[in-house]
Amino acid sequence: METLTTISPTFDVDSIRKSFPVLEREVNNQLLVYLDNAATSQKPQAVIDALSYYYSNYNANIHRGIHTLAEEATAAYEATRNTVKEFINATSSDEIIFTSGTTEGINLVAYTWGRKNIQEGDEIIISTMEHHSNIVPWQILCEEKKAVLKVIPINDDGELLMDDPVAIGFKQLLSPRTKLVSIVHVSNALGTVNPVKDIIEAAHEIGALVLVDGAQSSVHLDIDVQEMDCDFFAFSGHKVYGPTGVGVLYGKKKILEEMPVFMGGGEMIKEVTFAKTTYNSLPYKYEAGTPNIADTIALKVALDFVTELGKDMIRNHENKLLKYATEQMQTIPGLRIIGNAKNKVSLISFIIDKIHPQDIGVLLDNQGIAVRTGHHCTEPLMNRFGITGTARASFALYNTKEEVDRLIKGLQKCIKMLS
Amino acid sequence: MNDYKTIKEQEEVITDEFSLFDSWEEKYEYIIDLGKKLEPLDDKYKVGENIIKGCQSTVWLTSEFKDGRVFFKADSDAVIVKGLVSMLIKVLSGHEPDKILEAKLDFIGEIGMMTHLAQTRSNGLLSMVKQIKNYALAYKSADAA
Repeated sequence: METLTTISPTFDVDSIRKSFPVLEREVNNQLLVYLDNAATSQKPQAVIDALSYYYSNYNANIHRGIHTLAEEATAAYEATRNTVKEFINATSSDEIIFTSGTTEGINLVAYTWGRKNIQEGDEIIISTMEHHSNIVPWQILCEEKKAVLKVIPINDDGELLMDDPVAIGFKQLLSPRTKLVSIVHVSNALGTVNPVKDIIEAAHEIGALVLVDGAQSSVHLDIDVQEMDCDFFAFSGHKVYGPTGVGVLYGKKKILEEMPVFMGGGEMIKEVTFAKTTYNSLPYKYEAGTPNIADTIALKVALDFVTELGKDMIRNHENKLLKYATEQMQTIPGLRIIGNAKNKVSLISFIIDKIHPQDIGVLLDNQGIAVRTGHHCTEPLMNRFGITGTARASFALYNTKEEVDRLIKGLQKCIKMLS
Repeated sequence: MNDYKTIKEQEEVITDEFSLFDSWEEKYEYIIDLGKKLEPLDDKYKVGENIIKGCQSTVWLTSEFKDGRVFFKADSDAVIVKGLVSMLIKVLSGHEPDKILEAKLDFIGEIGMMTHLAQTRSNGLLSMVKQIKNYALAYKSADAA
């Protein structure tokens, strides 16, 4: 975790907030406090403008056109690929495949690499804290191939049990039959940052590949896929201040080249005859059909926005909020934080004695405060904690200490009204 | 009992109550209070077939057909939802299937609870209303047979 002492005067949250028009909006007659950033982040004006500018000025289908608009659109689309490459430090932009989001990225690997490489009796390892999108694709695959899905357990703080002979931790789960470890980098329901480097190293030692679900991590942490040495990394644009409907699957070039194709159609082909079709080279091999051009182009603006502010500065700010909010919430009687990992991002999942999370969500909304309530698409994790759901406040670069205060006051009001 | 009032009259009782409230707090305190006062459903009714399962909370709804009228009982693990379902029962329980099926339930909009009607993924009022009407329809068909 970053140190909390070095905050630079250049991170001016008040001026940053002005870049996000939605933050000026009122909800139920009060200024919006948006604390549902782990579900989706708000968009800066520059991203919104990029979408509008694309449709107003150079909307065209990419790659196949020879006219000016098509060339401009293609250049902008490919510029995003290059920015993504830099953003996660991939070796080559050929390793960047545009998807609709993290879910599609994981499914792409399950349906291509998985169907080719997973055989009967093989093992895939995931963890207790996976989002359903990193559980279900592997369950489908395992069922089809008669393979085995194994689950890394966690402790009560919401940390992976890496080496635990009694509880059968990660190291104990690894076996010669392990073919893939698919692990969430940062838990959407707990905020836990998982030791993915250790996992990748151990998995590689026995010849297994590792997919990292970066849906939550890409907005908070520095992502360096080369240093991490992951084989696949998937994330979504909309959680990194970009538009919905565009995401990224990174894969090591050699692996992507050997993988079978996913969807068939235009763009992904080299030559089509009724006798045989040959496929396009990377990354187009996995991008069948007209892609989400506008959102992909605007994603570059979002990533540039984050990079210009600096992820270390953003983390500094968010970690201060996390620390302050955690301290404040701990003063609320009956409130229990679910997920107390030593290394976590700016997200707090919590329950309050004898109060249903949904009731908290409804009453906070009436006070203009947006949080998420429910199982956060992590039902097995909720079962592990013996609960049906939590309320979750997740903080972004534009949130403020005053907003944390509004949340705390809001929660006190909820408790007063509900008990 | 509902025998003395039509569905429309029951709706008016609720809209009259809500007309006295100035703030959202008062409205929700009233709903929370209704939720707390709703008689808990016996555990034997808290079974799969009575569940209206949503993303967020669980609602159990059970019904009984007596003397040509449908009577409802419900419960929920979330108190606001329980208050909302309690209002629906106040309005719709004890009426003939036809009357239940015809009910437009304008009061939901009038008391400013439309947002709960629109919650499609969680078990908003909409799925409760649907389930109540499904029961009414089933009894109507069975009665006619």
